[in-house]
Order: sequence, then structure tokens, then C-alpha cells
Amino acid sequence: MRYIPNSPDERAEMLRQIGVASIENLFDSIPEELRLRGPLAVPAALSELELLKKFDAMAVHNEAARRISFLGGGAYSHYSPTIVDHLISRSEFFTAYTPYQPEISQGTLQAIFEFQTLVCQLTGMDIANASMYDGSTAMAEAVLMAERVTRRSKVIASSAIHPEYLQVAHTYVQHAGIELQHSPYSTETGATSADSLTGLDDKTAAVVVQSPNFFGCVEDLQALADKAHAVGALLIVVVTEAISFGLLKSPGACGADIVVAEGQSFGVPLSFGGPYVGLFATRDKYARQIPGRLVGEAFDAKGRRGYVLTLATREQHIRREKATSNICTNEGLIALAATIYLETMGPRGIEEVAQQCAQKAHYAARKLAEIEGFSLPFSAPFFDEFVVSGPGEAATLLAKLASERGIDGGIALSRYDPRRPNDFLVCVTETNTRKDIDALVSSLRELV
Amino acid sequence: MSITKVTSHISPNEQLIFERSQPGRAGFSLPPLDVDETPLEEMIPRELQRDDALAGMPEVTEVDVIRHFTRISTWNYSIDLGMYPLGSCTMKYNSRLNEKVARIAGFANLHPLAAEAEAQGALEVIYELQQHLAEITGLPGISLQPAAGAHGEMTGIMIIRAFIDARDGKEKSAQRRTMLIPDSAHGTNPASAHLSGFTVKTIKSTAEGLTDLDHLRELCAHGEVAGLMLTNPNTLGLFEKNIQQICDIVHDAGGLVYMDGANMNALVGVARPGDMGVDVIHLNLHKTFSTPHGGGGPGSGPCCCTKELEPFLPVPRIVQLSNGEVSTGSGSDRVFKLDFNYPQSIGRVKAFYGNYGMMLRALAYILTHGRDGLREATEAAVLNARYIAHGLVSDYEKPFDGAPMHEVVFTDKRQARKGVHTLDIAKRLIDYGFHPMTIYFPLIVSGAMLIEPTESVGHQELDQFIEAMRSIAKEALEDPELVLNAPHSTRIGRLDEAAAARKPVLRWKPAPAESHATATQS
Repeated sequence: MRYIPNSPDERAEMLRQIGVASIENLFDSIPEELRLRGPLAVPAALSELELLKKFDAMAVHNEAARRISFLGGGAYSHYSPTIVDHLISRSEFFTAYTPYQPEISQGTLQAIFEFQTLVCQLTGMDIANASMYDGSTAMAEAVLMAERVTRRSKVIASSAIHPEYLQVAHTYVQHAGIELQHSPYSTETGATSADSLTGLDDKTAAVVVQSPNFFGCVEDLQALADKAHAVGALLIVVVTEAISFGLLKSPGACGADIVVAEGQSFGVPLSFGGPYVGLFATRDKYARQIPGRLVGEAFDAKGRRGYVLTLATREQHIRREKATSNICTNEGLIALAATIYLETMGPRGIEEVAQQCAQKAHYAARKLAEIEGFSLPFSAPFFDEFVVSGPGEAATLLAKLASERGIDGGIALSRYDPRRPNDFLVCVTETNTRKDIDALVSSLRELV
Repeated sequence: MSITKVTSHISPNEQLIFERSQPGRAGFSLPPLDVDETPLEEMIPRELQRDDALAGMPEVTEVDVIRHFTRISTWNYSIDLGMYPLGSCTMKYNSRLNEKVARIAGFANLHPLAAEAEAQGALEVIYELQQHLAEITGLPGISLQPAAGAHGEMTGIMIIRAFIDARDGKEKSAQRRTMLIPDSAHGTNPASAHLSGFTVKTIKSTAEGLTDLDHLRELCAHGEVAGLMLTNPNTLGLFEKNIQQICDIVHDAGGLVYMDGANMNALVGVARPGDMGVDVIHLNLHKTFSTPHGGGGPGSGPCCCTKELEPFLPVPRIVQLSNGEVSTGSGSDRVFKLDFNYPQSIGRVKAFYGNYGMMLRALAYILTHGRDGLREATEAAVLNARYIAHGLVSDYEKPFDGAPMHEVVFTDKRQARKGVHTLDIAKRLIDYGFHPMTIYFPLIVSGAMLIEPTESVGHQELDQFIEAMRSIAKEALEDPELVLNAPHSTRIGRLDEAAAARKPVLRWKPAPAESHATATQS
């Protein structure tokens, strides 16, 4: 095996030196009857050439990766500057482990400190952690944290949150004694109304909303925060399309107590759903309740500034079953990619990407609504995603659009809600050209 | 004439990027907007718009970013630089071929909500990896959805809970809320058990470093035991030779056995948890299958279980269409689909399907090694650890006699007499060019040093490591101050972590920190 440095002779010599008769004897502590008799039923080793051919052949069957695409719904196609992948491919970053020894891990630690700062700036919050697995698990952890902070057990989540995020939250809270209730969204605006937060009372730990929500609609976060705070509940804001931070008022400025987001939009490839990176930010006063890792500033004896993993007393290494979470491995390298993306784009770049996404999406929405039989069912303002109602079953129409015109036109909402058979979610980003959008519009016009 | 521009050190000083920022610099370029522009107010009402202009975010050029990250990268130790003997964390070589595979456009650009028929290649990768992991663990039910080891633990424990709920009924099952965990376990085990609503009871280890069977029997006698979380080989590097008996005791008490597969790299190709009586296990793809850990993740923590537990795995499951079902539009003769129809499932543990990029790398790892290479890697890993155990036993205290598998634990007992402790030995090892071993874990061993070389280290480098450790032992006797003040070779010394935790500074803010910023420049 070409990854194992020792030759057969060296191995024999090492065995001799340690006084073990054969390789098989290294496993003497495993009872004889538990040891495998024959080889594993795994194929024989492939050469580099054969392996690449095999994966290339499988990749060919992913037609969707080559298509003009308007798919969003929690994973977004954005341009990533070339240097992002180049820099994360430096072996000093990608072959390093968790920075347990700060003297020889300052590269990773400083990068995470910058990541935490950028997340605070985007969300308008005081502090952020060193990342979560993704947006969906970050939301679930935020719910658990709200229970720890308020000592209350009821949580009200808008049903306009990404359905898969809600499913993950349900899995996480099912044994934690938390009652997760759903609050309806307005079928006219597509947004969550502060007046219709059913069940909100002084036993409520948190109100959870997504903005822009699953249907792309921008929520009135200030009104929702006021409503939650009036009964002593926290407002948790979820963001799946993080580029929207470039245009929309920050959740922090609207009064949010915890902000979680999916950071995939920041230069991270779609990669069929992962690895992505969860952003998690909150207020200073909750620093000791935050889940996951934190990097903080520290100084050595000569007064030189550096960075360390800090507040470890919250973590499972020390607190074990009383820890704020079970998270150990986070998403260091993906957080690094997001950091490099954000720093390369800068404030003006983020803002311009956000503006282009919004402009192109609104252009597309206008053109789609002009097609006979098509309409936009929701009236709330939207960012770069919106729901379109077609004249027939959306799933059938989209399959036809893909096979006959090579365009992935959106996500049929029937995937998540059978009561919306004709609706589909369209996402337009800066990567879609006017030509792509016009092709989508003309194809749909011709296919129905 | 002296040249002041150049420093003698290869790691130049570098500020935070925020301190490098200059108004008007830009590192991006975008094509011009090609659609008719709508006035902003018509799209988004003013009160919903951002009004702080993202103040504080850095304004830098591409060159600034490249230099910034290239410079700080040189402050990191990494597996490509040398041996990284972090026991239980398992740092082995990260193949560049696997990185290439993960970047194939047909995978990297694939949207997770693309139609199944148009993502057959991606589903095939998942399915094939599932098959191999089932064979390697001897456990046929698999979900690749968990995003990290601890996430896989939580998933495994929730599966046990769901199974017991279904078997006993909710009311009776409510009497079974105890999870047994050895005192040597990873801290994530109790945290995961707690998240799943269990109360943790700790099992003692014997003087040999193995699970105490009498204590286990005693704890199981109470009737409320839901299961046992066992790491095997355990975190002392020892194989739990009574594993079958342990499984029998727990099963007889009506509980299930979860195995923490963090140390599975000691067993691949040699023995299978499924054959030992284990019901459910998580694997760490980033450990055993060498997907890079990137300075703290991503990980991937698949869950493998018995046929009996399969209905409780997270959804969606990735399955192959059985014969007779009609295929749609794939170029391959095999057809794969997402199956949501598992009413007893614990639910979803993550949006989409897991850390897919890690699955590609793990499959490439398995196929590159093949059946013989997988076993060879295990043999080499165990041989290397045994070689270190042999090489250091003359200078360091080895608390357990048993022959270790892939990692070995020593303590600072002999050095502590001179006031030199594990942390000091670890820091001094940095001066010798090695990343320190895992320190103060497992918690039950005072002053523990857990060393795991993996198969990625050659004979010469093992000898150098042993020599370095012996030399430190000698220094601890003859010149303890040298060790106590280590490291001496790094760009910063030991950082005051206690002060950092007392008054945490978790982000950069402009202005008053000026005096510290100049200190970095000196």
C-alpha cells in the first residue's frame, strides 16, 4: 500500500525488536473466535488511474450538476473566488487537527477568531462560536440553548421555516422535554405574522423564525422580536441564504437573541448537501451557554497576542453529561473557506452580490408572473427566492423542463407539502445570467 | 548596511485582517448586472434594509488575502509536516487523490435537492460506501447522515431509545433510562446520552484497564438499563477481550450495546463489531478513513446497526431499487433512490444527506487500499504503536501491562518527582519538531499521555520520536527548567489560558486594543 511508509523488511525488523513472533500475534488480545478468518468482501485495490475513471464515470450520472439551475431551498449556487479553494488546500490548514496546542496552531486559531468576528458583523450580534455542522443543526442547538437560558420548555417555530430544519429540530428536542409547536404563516403574504403566533405566553422559551423564510419571504423581525420579548421569550432567527445579510437589516439590529445561519453561500461548493458550515451568534450575556467551540484572545509571558480555545468548562471534555452540547468536531475548514470568501469580497462585494441576486430574482419573478397560468401566490417582499404557482402539477412540469430543456427550474413544494401541488420555489443568484432566466421563462411558456 | 525589511524567521508577523483593512481596497470582481434594474425600495421596504454598510468588515485586495492566509498558515503544525501522535484523534495521511475526487465537478456542483434521476452517480457513491462499511463493521443497517462522531453517537443512542420504546411500549420503556458508560470514555459519550434523555451511570475500569465485569453486572441488576456505550479498543488502547460476555450481560438485562467506533482503525480487516455482539456503532470517517480534519472539521460519523435496529435509522435512507421496479432515466443499470418510508425512524439528524464530500473521500480511501491494503494499514498502525510502547517503557511509566493495540498510554509519574508534568513534556516535544500526543486523557489516568502514531509513520521517524521522548525524560531529570519553560522554538510562548477564560475576548473590535497590536509587531 503506497500510503504506508514501512517496507516488509522494516516491519520484520520491528517485530524482532519488540519480541513479537508474527504480525498475527499483534492481535493476541482479540479472542481467536472473534477474528476474521478470511479477507473482507471489499474489492482489490484500485490504482490511481482506475479510481479516477470509476469516479468520473459515476459523476457523469449526475446530470443535474451540468444544468442551468434555479434550485435553492437551503443550498445555493454562488460564485466563489479562485483563491478560496486554493488557500484551504494548503496542507497547513487542511491536514491540521483541532488546535489543542495553541503554540503551533495559531494559523487555525487566528482564522477562527476572524470568522467569529465576521459572523458577529454580519448578524449584528455580540459573539459567535467557531461553527456548527450546518444551519439545520445550529437551529436545533439554538432551541436547546433557549431552554437552558430561560428555563422554559415551550418553543414556537414558524411553519415557514425550511421543513428539513424543522425535522432536525424535532429529532433533537424529542427527548429534552421541550415542546416544539408550529405557528402558521399567512397564506396571503407568505410571511409569519406577529399577531398569529399561536400559543405564545409566559411559558414560552423562544420564538423561532427564518428570514428570508423557506418561501423566500422577508419576515418583519422587529415586530416578532417585540412580541417575543413582551412575554420574556427569546427570538431565534434562522437564515439559510446568508448572502441576504448583504442587503437585509441584520437580525441583531432587529432585536434577535440568537442568530443561526447556513454559511454555504460563502464560497462553499454545493457538494450534494455537505459539508456546509453553521453560523451561531448571540449576546454577550449568554457566552457561557453557547454550544460548540470558542476561540478567544490570550497573551504569552512576553505580552505577545495569540489565540486559544476558550471557555472549555462548558464543553464535554470537562462537564461531560452537563456540557452545553456534545459537539466536539465542528466545521473548521469550511469556516475557513467562508472566512476567506468574506474577506476577499469585503463589505462592497457582499453587498453587490446581494444586490445582483435580488435584482435578478425580481426580474425573473416579474417575467414568470407574466406567463399565462402562472402567478406569484405570496405578497411579502422577497430576496432571491420566491414561490411560483403553475397551471398544473409542479413536479411533472419541472421534470419535463429538465429532460426536454435541460433546465432545473426549481423545487416542487409538494416534496414537503402535498397541499401545494402546483407551487414551486425558484431561486436566482448572481450566477444565473439574463439568458438563463429568459430560457426558463420561454421554456415554461412553451411547455404548458 | 543592515537590511531591516527581512526577518530571520520563516513565519512573518501578521496582524488580524481587520487591522490590515484600508477603505477602498477590493478583492472581488463581478460581471455587470445584465437585467433591467428595479429601484431597491420597490423590492425591499427601507425599514427591512441593512443600514450599517457592513461596517468593520475588512476591505482588502486579493494579494492581501493570499499573503494573510499564507503567512498565518506557516504558524500551523499539520500532518504533512510530520508525525501527529494525537491518541484517539487519529491523524493519518490525507491522500491528495481523495481531494481530487471530491472536487470532480459532477459531484462538487451537484445540488442536494436535484431530482433523484439526475443525481444517480451521487446516490451510487453513498450506496456503495454503505455496502463497504457494512462489510467492515459486520453491521448491515447504515445511515451516513450524521455530520461528526458525536453526532453519530447521538444518532446511535436515539436509535437504541426508539427501539426500546417500540419493544416495550412507552410506559415500560420509561423505566429504562440509564446509559452505562465506562469511566475511560470520551466526554462526548455522556453528553450524547444526556441529549437523548438518559441518565449516565459510570462503570469502573479494572486495574488491568478493562471494563469491570462485576461492576457491570451490579449496575445491570437494577433493571433500568437501556444500554452500554463502549469504546473498543478502549481509550487506553486495550482490546476489551471480554466483549462477548459484556454484550451478553447487557443483552440479558434487556439493554443494547453501542460501540464508539473512534478506534476502529485498530480492527479494520481483523475483527468486526457485529460479530462481537455489538448492536450499533458510529464510525469516524475522518479518523479511520482519513478524510482531512481541517483544523477542527468537517467530520462525518456514519451509524451502522443490526438488521433489527435498521427501521429506526434516520431518513431518508439511500436504497437500491429492487428488481421489477421501473427505473427512470439513468445511464447506469442500477437505480438508487431516497427512501423516506420508515415510520419508526428517529427522524432527520441533519438537513440533506450528511457531509457528502467526506463520503467521496472515504470511498476513495477504501477503494485505493482494497481488502488487503485495509488490513495492512491496521497491522502497520498496531505495529507502530507497539514499537513506541516498547521504546518508551524504560523512561516513562506505563500504567497498564496489557499489550496495546493502535495507541498506548504513558504517564508523567516518574518525571513529576522533579516537578515536570505531562503538559511540560508535551510542550517540550514541540521543540523536537513533533506535535504533542493527547494529554490528560483518558481522565482516569493521572498525567496521561496517549500516543497514537498510526500507519502513516515510518521506522526512522518512530525512532526519532522515541529518541526525542527519551531525551525529554533525561532533561526532566537533569535540567527540569528547560522542560518547564518549553516551548522555546515557537513564535509565541505558552498563552495565559486562565486569563483568557476569565475575561473572554471572542471577537475583534476597532480602537482601544492598539497597544496589543503593536506588541505583535515587535
